[in-house]
Amino acid sequence: MEAVFAILVGLFFAAGIYLMLSRHIIRILLGVVLFGNAVNLLIFTNGRIMREVPPIIAEGLDVPATAVANPLPQALILTAIVISFSFFAFLLVLAYRAYQEIGTDDTDGMRVAEPADDGLPPMGY
Amino acid sequence: MAVQGEVVDKTAAMIAGPVAAADWLVIAPVLLPIVAGAVLLMIRHNIRWHALLALVVHAAMVGTNGLLLQRVLAEGPVSMTMGSWLPPFGISFTADALGAAFSLTASVVALVCCAYSVRDIDAAGRRYGFYPFLMLMMAGVSGAFLTGDMFNLYVWFEVFLISSFGLLILGSEKAQIDGATKYAILNLVGTTLFLIATGYLYGTFGTLNMADLATKAGQIGEAAPLMTLATLYLLAFSMKAAAFPLNFWLPASYHTPPVITGALFGGLLTKVGIYALLRSLVMIFAAERLVLAGVIGWVAVATMLIGALGALAQSDIRRIAGFLVISGVGIMLAGIALGSNGGLSGAIFYALHSMLALSALYLLGGLMRQRGGSFSLHSLSGLYGASPFLAALAFIISLAVAGLPPGSGLWPKVMLVRAALDVGAWQIAAAILLSGFLATIALGRVFILAFWRERAGDKATTAGVMSVSGCCALVVLVLAMLAMGVLPETFIRLSTTAASGLLDASAYVHAVFPVGSGS
Amino acid sequence: MQTLIFRTATPFLTCLMLMFSVFVLLRGHNEPGGGFTGGLIAASAFAIHGIAFGVPVVRRALYFHPMAIAGFGLFASAVAGLPSLLFGMPFLTGLWSAPSFFGISVDLSTVMVFDIGVYLVVVGSFTSIALALEDREHD
Repeated sequence: MEAVFAILVGLFFAAGIYLMLSRHIIRILLGVVLFGNAVNLLIFTNGRIMREVPPIIAEGLDVPATAVANPLPQALILTAIVISFSFFAFLLVLAYRAYQEIGTDDTDGMRVAEPADDGLPPMGY
Repeated sequence: MAVQGEVVDKTAAMIAGPVAAADWLVIAPVLLPIVAGAVLLMIRHNIRWHALLALVVHAAMVGTNGLLLQRVLAEGPVSMTMGSWLPPFGISFTADALGAAFSLTASVVALVCCAYSVRDIDAAGRRYGFYPFLMLMMAGVSGAFLTGDMFNLYVWFEVFLISSFGLLILGSEKAQIDGATKYAILNLVGTTLFLIATGYLYGTFGTLNMADLATKAGQIGEAAPLMTLATLYLLAFSMKAAAFPLNFWLPASYHTPPVITGALFGGLLTKVGIYALLRSLVMIFAAERLVLAGVIGWVAVATMLIGALGALAQSDIRRIAGFLVISGVGIMLAGIALGSNGGLSGAIFYALHSMLALSALYLLGGLMRQRGGSFSLHSLSGLYGASPFLAALAFIISLAVAGLPPGSGLWPKVMLVRAALDVGAWQIAAAILLSGFLATIALGRVFILAFWRERAGDKATTAGVMSVSGCCALVVLVLAMLAMGVLPETFIRLSTTAASGLLDASAYVHAVFPVGSGS
Repeated sequence: MQTLIFRTATPFLTCLMLMFSVFVLLRGHNEPGGGFTGGLIAASAFAIHGIAFGVPVVRRALYFHPMAIAGFGLFASAVAGLPSLLFGMPFLTGLWSAPSFFGISVDLSTVMVFDIGVYLVVVGSFTSIALALEDREHD
């Protein structure tokens, strides 16, 4: 099962990075989402995948009697999902605003902050 | 919950003994801005109280950070684990000399910037939420400096990043939105790399507590791909610190927001990246850092020179400052590459200096704009005649940023050059000296053009008046930098203590795990 | 949105979702649920109400600005960690008491205050994002 997930994570990463290499903001954002989900799946796989065995330690024992999935990575993912969700909501609004204000979603056309014709500083008085 | 009557023995999982109220100093610098930020969010439209509350809380943060640093220097690292869970199960906050010194300097810079902002941020900016964002960003920065848990560090990174987005688009001008898009996407990728590394870290070690990691990293040895982990952390934190191949987001964005935001970002945020590099590569992955030292060294050289050369090519003061931030990051990376006590303490001292100096440079740009009406070297002129006071401040700040006496940048550079020559790393020593020379030219040109050049024909452009709060803020920063430059012994001792605390983490580990070591 | 069925059903749906969100919030102490999930359900309720009746109606019904609600939640969560200072325990240590009202024992704790804070943060911030996006549709 872990091997299948590892391949899946690899596919997610590949697709995410491919999209992020695009010049268009919206594709970059979709790439960022895939990238974030790839990381979440990766951490999830890291914590062992197992069904129907609750990670509860029986009385009188210090460690679980059978192999169980580690719940901590899932807690980490939950935090990461919340954070990446709010990030994505912000980025979406920002990209939309950028499209409205600058009139393009092509990153090559986004030269407002760093204008190409800025010129060198004066060389003397 | 336990069933009534049944007694559960909690001592195996929870801290039983009482915790001294003084230990709360570790959490106070984080808790204060969070509570203040929450209160400010609630009274968002009642803008009269914003600046006052922010100033009071920043002063309280400086106070608690000062007490914390004093306590750490007297008694060694202080640690507190949240929710009474025994470390490494609970999230620890651990302050050693490094974290406390960074946190104190950061809060001083924030207090000064806050004083500057009283006049600089108008009612619209306040209603939009400048002060709540500022408080939450400071919570994130202090949290990053004081936490003792790798995943918690990630959370604090995200806290200050999200708040910094809010600060960055304050005003919503075209250039700001353009710059913020690049800043946001690249930083998001950087923190995602951080998350990947942390996921692997937990998979490898089964713990996220830094003290626990520091003890276990040496024992695992070849059994796990620690090199991969260390490289991922290097990549993620270099991106946050704006080291050479990953630095392009910084000059694209830092000059777009109000100058006060630029001062906070340029002063504080890249240093969080440097701090995280020190913590992860020097304290936890010491053996792996040794292997990576050559790479870090060349990255440092490239960052220093690219930053200084970039500063030479700019005509906007804020963009010059942005490139000088990058150049400074290279100098701190050089210390991490050297890895010796001298190199690390030089890097730490430089980071403390750079927080003050680069914030001062941005604020100076703001005052020059107030007096001369522009940020551009093409139109600024005759400021020396207009305000000798500002010229004096600008002169000292330029010396400090370029690393010339009596500014604060001199001594850390001396320490770094000496440490580099000790191990024969001539390229690092040469790059530090060369980048200092280039920075001197860049800032000297600002001084010549903006201050000495005769005033251009139309006098209307130089009619501006500087704000009193802004001048006071800058004077405080300049005095702090002069103190660092003229009386460096205290700061050298402080950074040496911090560096030895990183190289030998036993005191740090002992603070988290009082009985024995490890879990 | 002007669908009759949707507009008729929405008030009931909103009420149900809000009640359910409180249920999920309180259930979260010992079973699956909690402040975050509950907050998301409540935020969706406000979002649906906004789709049916327009954003101004929701803003008036909420009375407080969503960000102020989030701010109060953050305040409650942070303050929930403070009482442990008085008992000499680290920040955020859970303190429990079980006073009895009319013969029924009710478990009260600082953990619950924290969770209610999380609930309010999530309600406030997600409602504010949802309402901002819904506002934009009509531009």
